[in-house]
Amino acid sequence: MTTRQFGAPVQRREDPRLLTGGGRYLDDLGHTAYEAAFVRSPYAHARILEIDTDAAVDVDGVIAIYTHEDLPGAVGEPLPVLIPHPALTAARTGYPLAKGEVNHVGEAVVMVVATNRYVAEDAVDRIVVRYEQLPPVVGIENAREAAHLVHEDAPGNVSAHLVQEVGDVTSAMAGAPHTLTLELDIERSACMPMEGKGVYARWNSDDESLRVYSSTQTSTGVRACVAAKLDLPLAKVECIAPDVGGGFGVKIMHPWPEEVLVPWASRNLDHDVKWTEDRREHFISSAHERGQLQEVTVGFDDEGRMLALDVRFWHDNGAYTPYGIIVPIITATQLLGPYKPGSYRVEFFSLYTNTVLVTPYRGAGRPQGCFAMERTMDAIAAHLGIDRAEVRSRNFIQPDEMPYDHGLMFQDGRPLKYDSGDFPASLAKLKELVGWDDFADYRAQAEAEGRKVGLGIGCYVEGTGVGPYEGGHIQIETNGRVNVATGLTTQGQGHQTSLAQIVADELGVPIENVHVTTGDTRRMAYAVGTFASRAAVMSGNAVALAAKVVRAKALRIAADALEVSPEDLEIEDGVISVKGAPGSSIDLGTIAVMSNPLRYAFDEAAKKATQFAGTFDVEKPPIGDDDEPGLEGQDFYSPTQATFANGMHAAIVETDPVTAEIRILRYCVVHDCGNMINPLIVEGQVHGGVAQGVGGALYERMVYDESGQLLNASFMDFLMPYASEVPFIETDHLETPSPLNPLGIKGAGEAGTIPVTAVIASAIEDAEGFPITSMPISPPELWALRRAHARKDAS
Amino acid sequence: MKPGPFRYLSPDSLDEAVAMLREHPEAKVLAGGQSLIPVLSMRLARPTHLVDLAGIPGLDRIEVRDDCVRVGALVRHAQLLADDEAYAALPLLRQALSNVAHPAIRNRGTTVGSIAHADAAGEMPSILVVTDGVVEVVGPNGRREIAGTDFFAGALETALEHDEIVEAVRFGRFPARTRTAFLESARRHGDYALAGVAAVLTLDEIGRIASARAAFVSVTDVPGVVDLTDILSGMDPDSADWSVIDEPVQAALAPESDIHADADYRRMLAGELARRAFAAAAGATHGGTHA
Ligand SMILES: Cc1cc2nc3c(=O)[nH]c(=O)nc-3n(C[C@H](O)[C@H](O)[C@H](O)COP(=O)(O)OP(=O)(O)OC[C@H]3O[C@@H](n4cnc5c(N)ncnc54)[C@H](O)[C@@H]3O)c2cc1C
Repeated sequence: MTTRQFGAPVQRREDPRLLTGGGRYLDDLGHTAYEAAFVRSPYAHARILEIDTDAAVDVDGVIAIYTHEDLPGAVGEPLPVLIPHPALTAARTGYPLAKGEVNHVGEAVVMVVATNRYVAEDAVDRIVVRYEQLPPVVGIENAREAAHLVHEDAPGNVSAHLVQEVGDVTSAMAGAPHTLTLELDIERSACMPMEGKGVYARWNSDDESLRVYSSTQTSTGVRACVAAKLDLPLAKVECIAPDVGGGFGVKIMHPWPEEVLVPWASRNLDHDVKWTEDRREHFISSAHERGQLQEVTVGFDDEGRMLALDVRFWHDNGAYTPYGIIVPIITATQLLGPYKPGSYRVEFFSLYTNTVLVTPYRGAGRPQGCFAMERTMDAIAAHLGIDRAEVRSRNFIQPDEMPYDHGLMFQDGRPLKYDSGDFPASLAKLKELVGWDDFADYRAQAEAEGRKVGLGIGCYVEGTGVGPYEGGHIQIETNGRVNVATGLTTQGQGHQTSLAQIVADELGVPIENVHVTTGDTRRMAYAVGTFASRAAVMSGNAVALAAKVVRAKALRIAADALEVSPEDLEIEDGVISVKGAPGSSIDLGTIAVMSNPLRYAFDEAAKKATQFAGTFDVEKPPIGDDDEPGLEGQDFYSPTQATFANGMHAAIVETDPVTAEIRILRYCVVHDCGNMINPLIVEGQVHGGVAQGVGGALYERMVYDESGQLLNASFMDFLMPYASEVPFIETDHLETPSPLNPLGIKGAGEAGTIPVTAVIASAIEDAEGFPITSMPISPPELWALRRAHARKDAS
Repeated sequence: MKPGPFRYLSPDSLDEAVAMLREHPEAKVLAGGQSLIPVLSMRLARPTHLVDLAGIPGLDRIEVRDDCVRVGALVRHAQLLADDEAYAALPLLRQALSNVAHPAIRNRGTTVGSIAHADAAGEMPSILVVTDGVVEVVGPNGRREIAGTDFFAGALETALEHDEIVEAVRFGRFPARTRTAFLESARRHGDYALAGVAAVLTLDEIGRIASARAAFVSVTDVPGVVDLTDILSGMDPDSADWSVIDEPVQAALAPESDIHADADYRRMLAGELARRAFAAAAGATHGGTHA
């Protein structure tokens, strides 16, 4: 019997190839291509007065130098606003190459194409751009003050202002026995995938077609943008995401300037052209995230139950808004986590600054929202002297209240309605895992040894698997090989394994026979992309549906051949047999042969399907009216709304009483993503997410000076945690299946990241005894806070 | 992030290497490349020629002598770190080297290179001075020796002339009854330290402190020795109150603020690390103890 793959900890099938250097990343392709490099703005805000390329033209090996003036038609127009929103009243996007003005350090001004990247950079060095500096707007306070404007026609530096309210917050707040106000601050960070962005374009002048490889999270999106910008028929453009060395959100943004310019240059020069982003470029011209200032006012009763929650926050969207206001919308809605706020009002201002633009980074606005909500929970607990876990549980949405509609609109334009989850059960598991009730003893013991320790907690709910849809296409070849295609892309999540598990089960074939292709528009032209923890939910269900289509077809053909009804058949190990009569069977490869009536026998197996093989009914056409040749089929999965995963984390930290060094002693995760396709992969996603969360909590920040220079634009000074900084992660799972999709799954990709900042802040606060309101926090900052509090206590 | 054009030269001998440096005033010596190559890739330096030491025989030797450990110019950090004989002779080498970067970088980066590079955040320059070490130099006029304390002239500046090459360095061995410890604090494991300190305690026959010296990492302009013998001599290391060193230690520090930590924090940190390092050295029964 074929063992069920769904739910099994199947080893990742892609790893041997990737770990032994078999990966083909963007820069592994196209060794004969010309290479591009860019002159990027050294100023945060400036007018371009003159561009002098004379000295660069003479560099041996330079092929072409382009400025905005050279860009024809749509190529020279502003990049699209990908996700418009009625509240985004002042959307602004940049040009592929700056036109007249630059709005952040790193904005592309001149493109050089040369025989290789070394030569291209030599030429870049010789190009002289004269600028007239304009006053830069850096930091949320300055943006809010609006003494200077990033865009002359975006008053107050506001791109969007949005208010949502459920219930009557004003009167509920007025009637609340207790109120508290918190002012909070979260710094910028960024995705920092190991592989930066990259584009490689091959114009084929023989048939006027274009192939684009991009290190992207959406090949269908890039394809559509390139076709539109270059005014090419969609049928003449194909886009492929090769192996992609991480994305974490930054590669769902598209088209990046280079994704337009490189294909255009390839056509223009009738030659392959490639651009591989280097790390400095990634820091100063790809996207960042996270930066927000928040003001939370909460009203609550004597038991710590929220009656009113009033949140205002200011979101730094950087210089442009091509990805709309998805990030602040997610903050505004997902802030609520597993809690009932009583009544809720949220207002945000999305603000322009002369810095790198802000688009979703794993967690996408949720870490900020979770920080606001969880800091608030801790503040209520401290105010009333109630246990922090207890305050949380008193505010939980209860299992019998599911589905729970918050009355807000989520990031997909649909209601924020939780489908599943059992928050009290999750909390119980977490308390057990971390030893919540024994912590007081542990602390007393540590104190006796002169050590300072603290326990922190954070809960979140994550809307995952947003639509609109994904598709699956499955084709079984005559040798029994199962080709699965889905259009969304892979950046290391293990789709070659998890999607294959689903198909293997549905079709009854060995997983070794299943081969999954992702992110290739030649194989699946309709797709959205990999983001919002949606791949398993969307493509998982899509390939399951497609497998059902193919299975039904296989059974129908087999039933005809074996002269039984399809209900009497089963498929195991790729062989269809009559239930209870193992003798009469037929393998899927043979069904594939039979499904495709042939004139020509191109191989041995095909002979059986040719016209003189004599096994068919001459009264019927070779292909029936509603039928198609081939053992293949496709289907699409399109849900009415997102699935809502959730999780709760707890950490024990130790802070050095003298040096304020911070160490995470234990990190515990309870995670609910519904039914797990592969617990090994889920665990890996949680681990990676927590690692990035630790970065956001203790290490990473974008250090802009007041002139808008990014002072730490390298891995020497931008401190991503090493393996040595990431604690051992203890995990436990609760599986409350989603009722929304056939597989009962919810997303898991971002889960680990979301609450870490909140959890670490909670733990440090617990260790130190004063509020932690600004994250990330470093030992020098904690030390300074201690001194400030000591001074305050003394006076 | 690609270097500008340069010529790569691969001499077979030190004399040839020196001649190449003489001929090309904008040439640079290349050892393990772990500091130089990033600088080239960011185009912060534009040497016309790189003179690679890798092909010169005999530079990859570690010699343990009665009074010193001599480390050739091509000895990688990893090689010195793993050398048991060197460790037995001078435990401080391993104590410090395990804090230099990460294994991948230690596999290529040379100990001499990090001294020639003279980064005040590097560990090994401080080890050189606190061991009364010596730098052996080859130049157009032959060989000369420079005391470690005279070698470092400022941030990334040394007493080397452009056409001189460091052939080896000698780390001095300590007298009997010497105990050492090395402590540092970095934001992440293996990063350049926010502050670090090497503590060296020598005891007399009855187990009292005879001499005490320290050298700091990242909190001084140039590595120097802070001699604490006056304050600590005669004390019982097992019951000493190490806070007595605070004043002279603080007087020796000149920390600067950067994006990772301000000067106040580094000052506090260096002071605390110094106390802890001396306490650790005093308590060291193995590893830190010398024959
Ligand atoms: C990620 C990373 C982390 C690091 N962390 C640390 C750390 O924590 N602590 C630390 O101390 N170092 C650290 N380093 C630097 C590392 O130790 C280098 O190996 C060392 O600084 C230089 O040695 P090298 O052999 O690589 O020299 P190279 O990079 O080849 O040369 C460095 C400089 O010294 C000159 N030079 C080298 N050898 C000689 C010689 N024999 N004579 C004359 N001039 C010479 C070169 O011309 C050049 O100017 C780190 C490096 C990296 C990339």
